[in-house]
Amino acid sequence: MTNSWNDIKNADVVIIMGGNAAEAHPCGFKWVTEAKANNGAKLIVVDPRFTRSASVSDLYAPLRPGTDIAFLSGVMRYLLANGKIHQEYVKAFTNASYIVKEGYGFQDGLFAGYDEARKNYVDRSSWDYEFDEQGMAKVDDTLQHPRCAINLLKAHVERYTPEMVERITGTPKDKFLKVCELIATTANGERSMTSLYALGWTQHTTGAQNIRAMAMIQLLLGNMGVPGGGVNALRGHSNVQGITDLALLSTSTPGYLVLPTEKEATYADYMKSRAFKPLRPGQTSFWQNYGKFFVSQQKSLFGVAATKDNDWAYDYLPKFDTSYDVLKMVDMMAGGQMNGLFCQGLNILMAAPNKAKVATGLAKLKWLVIIDPLETETAHFWENHGEYNNVDPKAIQTEVIQLPATAYAEEEGSATNSSRVIQWHWKAAEGPGESRGDIRIIADLQRRLRALYEKEGGAFPDPILNTAWNYAKPGDPEPAELLKELNGYAIEDLPDPADPTKMMLKAGQLLPTFGLMRDDGKTSGGCWIYTGVYTEAGNMAMRRDPADPTGLGIHPNWGFSWPANRRILYNRASADPSGKPWSERKKYISWNGSR
Amino acid sequence: MAVTRRQFMKVTAGLAASSVGALGFMDAGDALAAGVRPFKLEKATETRNTCPYCAVSCGVLVYSVADAKDGKHKVIHIEGDSDNPINRGTLCPRGAASLGFVHSVNRLKYPMHRKPGTDKFERVSWDFAMDRITKLAKEDRDKNFIAKNRDGVTVNRWLSTGFLGGSSCSNEAGYLTYKVVRSTGILALENQARI
Repeated sequence: MTNSWNDIKNADVVIIMGGNAAEAHPCGFKWVTEAKANNGAKLIVVDPRFTRSASVSDLYAPLRPGTDIAFLSGVMRYLLANGKIHQEYVKAFTNASYIVKEGYGFQDGLFAGYDEARKNYVDRSSWDYEFDEQGMAKVDDTLQHPRCAINLLKAHVERYTPEMVERITGTPKDKFLKVCELIATTANGERSMTSLYALGWTQHTTGAQNIRAMAMIQLLLGNMGVPGGGVNALRGHSNVQGITDLALLSTSTPGYLVLPTEKEATYADYMKSRAFKPLRPGQTSFWQNYGKFFVSQQKSLFGVAATKDNDWAYDYLPKFDTSYDVLKMVDMMAGGQMNGLFCQGLNILMAAPNKAKVATGLAKLKWLVIIDPLETETAHFWENHGEYNNVDPKAIQTEVIQLPATAYAEEEGSATNSSRVIQWHWKAAEGPGESRGDIRIIADLQRRLRALYEKEGGAFPDPILNTAWNYAKPGDPEPAELLKELNGYAIEDLPDPADPTKMMLKAGQLLPTFGLMRDDGKTSGGCWIYTGVYTEAGNMAMRRDPADPTGLGIHPNWGFSWPANRRILYNRASADPSGKPWSERKKYISWNGSR
Repeated sequence: MAVTRRQFMKVTAGLAASSVGALGFMDAGDALAAGVRPFKLEKATETRNTCPYCAVSCGVLVYSVADAKDGKHKVIHIEGDSDNPINRGTLCPRGAASLGFVHSVNRLKYPMHRKPGTDKFERVSWDFAMDRITKLAKEDRDKNFIAKNRDGVTVNRWLSTGFLGGSSCSNEAGYLTYKVVRSTGILALENQARI
């Protein structure tokens, strides 16, 4: 979520599309109810089903499954054709005025550069801006140039007339136009709309484009970075946000850095495409510090073994040729290309598509390890249950080891909610029987694997032998130790660059901000966006001050919100270029000339 | 004066006893008072936690008491945490019933092992299970580890084993999992977020 659960109460319009918050997130939906009751907000629900969210909406519009892009493009056309965009915001905070290269275009459903034979966009050289001598993107602040991004967008969505939208989506034209009119009431800086979505948008082959389309609408309206605005993914599992941040994902590393591909043979190759290039004078970005985040992370993973001479242990990371996502994994399992699988709290037989294929794949594994607090169907896939699971256990040669894990109430640690707030939880009881915490189980695996590689040697043991492991109890690290490692610390004394006689941080001190991360190996930090969660002032995830000084539902001292305790992302855009908030009612940040 | 709920319960319980006493039914009052079931959370330890179900992450209060037999704390009650600004004490039906997760009959208690081609799980020790996993994993890694690709580029990847991470695990468990799994060269590392 770009904004927070509590922030939904500031919205004037709430649109739920691609989700069913009333049923799936009832306690989060209370903030929609608050917006309706206390802010006069109107709720729009667009969904193929008349859901429970729809049943309490002010305006419900049905659409055919999978036609979201046509619907949203039609909304964009309406906004652009009727001048219902927030002009000043769009000019200041978007690329609307940037001039796109000549040759870029869209015809017969294809963008420029498509190669018929290879069925892919091979020549993407026109997919860029025009640059001046200083390397800055050319702009036209009057938005008149025909190749301004906004004019290309206008031309692109022109085809999505209300009639065309009705034809594609099945949404009656009058309903569609009512939705457009209500959305358009927020194109002014005074009113804001929040967009709430979930798996109804993401679980499509065009999932990213669905969300991108709404992001574009929100930018045209000036609804990004403002209270009661944003594009908000309502996430499912209790810590699916945290686990995503920490990159249990095939091609990512923690903090949304990218795992190297096999085309990037060296660290220098890898950094070449990561270097941040400003498009306009004075433009800055967190990503200009990519190298600092990456090197600090390598120091966290491999400690003293990551040095400048070995490119910060660059070769310790696997290089990918393609994404080994869950669908690819199932393909490989079913094709007999996978021998072992760990399922840590993920019940793949019930969670992945095509249960029969998953079961076939599991039966072709040599071994399967289950780490879970509960019995799962996956753990028992080899059992015969008549018509429900008609398999022959004798024919299934998969060795299965099932390990009992503790559950949330039996362990302490932090979890990151959908709105990026990291909250600590405390242990209330012992787990049943011989169950153990996930940390202990994984640490045990590492210790044993390392011992075996030390004893026997084997394939490239270096990263396993050199994994940094400075924990008081190596077999069961404390959650606090791990959160500190995620936050990051100074490895050596860091003198103040302005006054070398002063020390910014002493060796071992925790980083207060990722701004202090370095690419010279003097700082360690597992996940740059989490820096600030555990500082010399203590564990910020434990903070429990519910105070809300502005009344906007910000609660700045409740837990810690990544990055930098920012409760609304892109909040600079809540004020005009001079720093005056667009709306007094929704004043989040302001500039009075000095602060 | 700030009155905690517990103090409030004590005060009201005291008032009830004395007003019955004042009516002159001294013995009956004592008998009645003795028959009143004590407030069950009176002696419980209150621990702050987060609901395990969705990513609204409602604050919950977990009440536990030490078991008479083994002295270990057992959870007896879970309710919403009214201090938490996100849920302000409310829980949905699922969260309100999360005690059922903690005490589910489907909770795993011991490491279990299913040998190839058999039709049952057998209880094993942690040592056996972890040694076996380590051995199987190392065997597969050593056999199938790819140090260089066809073009001779160092890729150091292990593709024949996968790891699916738990999206209800803590950040700390998740980070350690990343650290350990990536160091082996596994690329097939995923979690529920993709699904």
